[in-house]
Amino acid sequence: MSPRLSSLLKDAALTAFVAAALGLFIVGFRTVDVGSTKGLAFDYELVDLAVAVVAIFVGRLGLSFASDGQRWPALILGAVLGAVGASPVRLPSTFLHWFVGLAGLLVIGRSLWPAAERAFGQARQSPQGRKLSAVGARWLAWVLLAAAVILPITPLADQKTMDLGVLILTYVMLGWGLNIVVGLAGLLDLGYVAFYAVGAYSYALLSTQLGLGFWAVLPLAGAFAATFGLVLGFPVLRLRGDYLAIVTLGFGEIIRLVLINWVDLTNGPAGIGGIPGPTLLGAVFAENAPPGQKTFAEMMGVPFDGTQRLVFLYYIILGLALITNLFALRMRRLPVGRAWEALREDEIACRALGINPTNTKLTAFAIGAMFAGFAGSFFAAKQRFVSPESFVFIESAIILAIVVLGGMGSQIGVVLAAVLLIGLPEWFRELGTYRMLAFGLAMVLIMIFRPRGLIAHRAPSLRLHEKPGGGGG
Amino acid sequence: MTADLPLIDVEHLTMRFGGLVAIDDVSFKAQPRQITAIIGPNGAGKTTVFNCITGFYKPTIGRLRLHGDREYLLERMLGHEIGQQARVARTFQNIRLFPGMTVLENLMVAQHNKLMRASGMSVFGLLGLKRYRVAEDAAVEKARGWLERIDLVADADRPAGELPYGAQRRLEIARAMCTEPCLLCLDEPAAGLNPRESAELNELLVSIRDRDGIGVLLIEHDMSVVMRISDHVVVLDYGRKIAEGMPDDVRRDPAVIHAYLGTGEEGADA
Amino acid sequence: MAYFSQQLINAITLGAVYGLIAIGYTMVYGIIGMINFAHGEIFMIGAFISLIGFILCGMFGIASAPVAILLVLLVAMAFTSVYGWAVERVAYRPLRGSFRLAPLISAIGMSISLQNYVQLTQGARPKPGGQIVSGGYNLFSADGFDVRVTWLQIIIVVVTVVLMAGFTWVISRTPLGRQQRACEQDMKMAALLGVNVDRTISLTFVMGAALAAVAGMLFLMYYGVIDFFIGFLAGIKAFTAAVLGGIGSLPGAMLGGLLIGLIEVFWAGYFSSEYKDVAVFGILVLVLIFRPTGLLGKPEIEKV
Repeated sequence: MSPRLSSLLKDAALTAFVAAALGLFIVGFRTVDVGSTKGLAFDYELVDLAVAVVAIFVGRLGLSFASDGQRWPALILGAVLGAVGASPVRLPSTFLHWFVGLAGLLVIGRSLWPAAERAFGQARQSPQGRKLSAVGARWLAWVLLAAAVILPITPLADQKTMDLGVLILTYVMLGWGLNIVVGLAGLLDLGYVAFYAVGAYSYALLSTQLGLGFWAVLPLAGAFAATFGLVLGFPVLRLRGDYLAIVTLGFGEIIRLVLINWVDLTNGPAGIGGIPGPTLLGAVFAENAPPGQKTFAEMMGVPFDGTQRLVFLYYIILGLALITNLFALRMRRLPVGRAWEALREDEIACRALGINPTNTKLTAFAIGAMFAGFAGSFFAAKQRFVSPESFVFIESAIILAIVVLGGMGSQIGVVLAAVLLIGLPEWFRELGTYRMLAFGLAMVLIMIFRPRGLIAHRAPSLRLHEKPGGGGG
Repeated sequence: MTADLPLIDVEHLTMRFGGLVAIDDVSFKAQPRQITAIIGPNGAGKTTVFNCITGFYKPTIGRLRLHGDREYLLERMLGHEIGQQARVARTFQNIRLFPGMTVLENLMVAQHNKLMRASGMSVFGLLGLKRYRVAEDAAVEKARGWLERIDLVADADRPAGELPYGAQRRLEIARAMCTEPCLLCLDEPAAGLNPRESAELNELLVSIRDRDGIGVLLIEHDMSVVMRISDHVVVLDYGRKIAEGMPDDVRRDPAVIHAYLGTGEEGADA
Repeated sequence: MAYFSQQLINAITLGAVYGLIAIGYTMVYGIIGMINFAHGEIFMIGAFISLIGFILCGMFGIASAPVAILLVLLVAMAFTSVYGWAVERVAYRPLRGSFRLAPLISAIGMSISLQNYVQLTQGARPKPGGQIVSGGYNLFSADGFDVRVTWLQIIIVVVTVVLMAGFTWVISRTPLGRQQRACEQDMKMAALLGVNVDRTISLTFVMGAALAAVAGMLFLMYYGVIDFFIGFLAGIKAFTAAVLGGIGSLPGAMLGGLLIGLIEVFWAGYFSSEYKDVAVFGILVLVLIFRPTGLLGKPEIEKV
């Protein structure tokens, strides 16, 4: 046996061994409740584990072949894995089918990657390719925008799609807001959900206690959240990256715990219900209007339909999100926005240029908070109920994942990332329980393989010369 | 500001880090419209002096008097205030450009404070008011002027991180100049430059002194730069000043020779 | 007085557990300057492996508590260390040259992955551990209140002290410890002098994970019930302890752990137990704002 082959086998064996050690207890022996008197018993999944470990051995060997340049052995191994995964061969569980099958796909993909990359690169260099990539990004943005605007009018717009659309747009707006803080200014904020909560509870309280309407509260919610951002940010923004992240996480948790425990104000874990939805020129989106008000259906002279409210909400969040986007794009071209990006690149150089880092960071922080406040207020109006459970740390992590995956600073990247991270799991129901696991793994993998995100290219905020025709520059 | 006031007056500057004394009672003056060089063997404390002057360290003892549009006591000011109010600009030993931003953007960031005022803290800019656009165009023109002086106009829209080393050094100096300083502090601007680039650097610095009329404070090891263009030289060794004066006098000073060579032999290349 | 004493005993016990976890944070930060956000999950996994270990002991009829504890301790330390090693190898080592925030984001992703991995395999419900060690010792009585220290509490404190002492010995006396300290001071130089930096860093993670596993086992025994989410809260509190004591300092981690234990227990005991976590988070914020180097840490000078 050649020394190279034996070293690859040893490497694969080591990987499999580590996987076995990792999985032995946690995967192999699953604790299950068997009644309060008897305590816990085991569901033995050792066979599953063994199958998975074998798959890992084969998969690792295949990946090693592929990165070694030995395409054919890799393809064969990948095909075997794929076949076993897809085949009717009875593996102990469906999960294993997916696991083995995906491992096969991974190996096949890895072995074909160099060829694919070459082909893609050549296509990009060709004259059509150059034109397409120069025009591509802008065109894509307009297409997405058009699609988003007309979606409710198309026949695709059923309850489920509109719900999903509203959900994705909410995360897009939050992503654009956090993008200002993390992507542009480079401040790692792990407590963004706190400002979202401030906005939501502002509307919840002001509407149920003082009877204010959605449109009246919206600017107030933003102002409250921005104020929170200033107060929270002021003492901590001079901390460096990782410390700032932990402190903001701490703030997020403090806000959540206060919401749970300050029952007099927030009604505690029970939350606040009966929040009125937004109105259009005074018209309510319901079957029957409260005395003295009209329903939307009455006002427009059309029969009542449940989706009308959903469409209205959809356009509201679309509008809010677009405002966030335009604002961010504008700010990039202004001194403050440029200072944000400069701070992200090198804070020490900024100080030497006479830029006050704390004030600059505070501005980004407060503005990001403001948009989260708007989004939170919308959330409360949409759900008509808020509780502290909606504002857990994992939400901050999801929004961060969207920004990171999208490419820090890229507007369109955030849209793509939100569609991928929020939209896909909703469509594929089976993915549901594995969604968070996939999230976590995605964050790790993106950092390793594509740390700049999906859209890694940064467009300058201004140019001295005219933009060249296509590619290059 | 009378004509004979020094641009910066360093008085009894001492910097201690715990038990370590990095600078020990150093005093010197730098005049406006002159190039003052601070030289000395490695570890003499030259960059520490810079860091004190530019606000990155707070001096343990000492007074740093800057005579700009008025008198400033730098030891009492925050780092960014020194750039913003006292108008002291600096470059760094390890180049600190904004590598992901274009050459032009780097120069625009330098004009941040001026543009902030003109944009009413960005509000006018948000509203698209003409006042801001006029100011921004002026800033771009100023940047273009500097790009022409350092011969980087063609690269204006390239990311600064992509430029070759010598170009990056020149850009860093131009960026510092875009803040319209009265004192420019350069930390080893000639490091890593070949002889041709060093000669171009000399020209640039001399033109900054003569055309822009500002004072330049310079840390340097490259004697061809120091001796040819400095008007005044300060020599540090082990945190103390061991000589100060005209370049030729300093070069012949036995204490200086001893510090560099250690044996008292003459003839170091200078 | 009696109430106070009881709280004090409880606080020291809790503080010992936090201290063990905090050592992992502080060692990793000391050597590669990053916060191992997933360390709390390593602690949680240690607790689960201990749980499974104890159940297996029961099934194999190992009736003697000390034997079971020793066995489970060794097994948990060994297998949790593999997790520590794997996390570093997979999620952090590839990012060593990357931009500053990349390892932190990767760590967050790892933390989420591990939490969900355990949730998916072991279920989301809390798992009771049963009582392994019971009984204790009444110290004294006052105001009709018995001040009692349980055997378990004594075990926890003794185990912690022994491990701390052993650790400090390893760090200061053995070649491994020297290499570790060298890497902390100047990694490039250590590498030039022949220190295997990769292996030293891996060993740091492994040691931290082993200690976290011990903490996990002790936590399981003390509280009797665990779930997949305990790592999050315990992790943040232990990190607070590490920062409070002075990040990078081993005695600081233990001191910080003790202080956090005291703060948490006394706040819950005398003010309100709902807000005890807020108190700890508040301490974190205050320390980072006013004294980021902590009590025993060295001030950092910014190098320009």
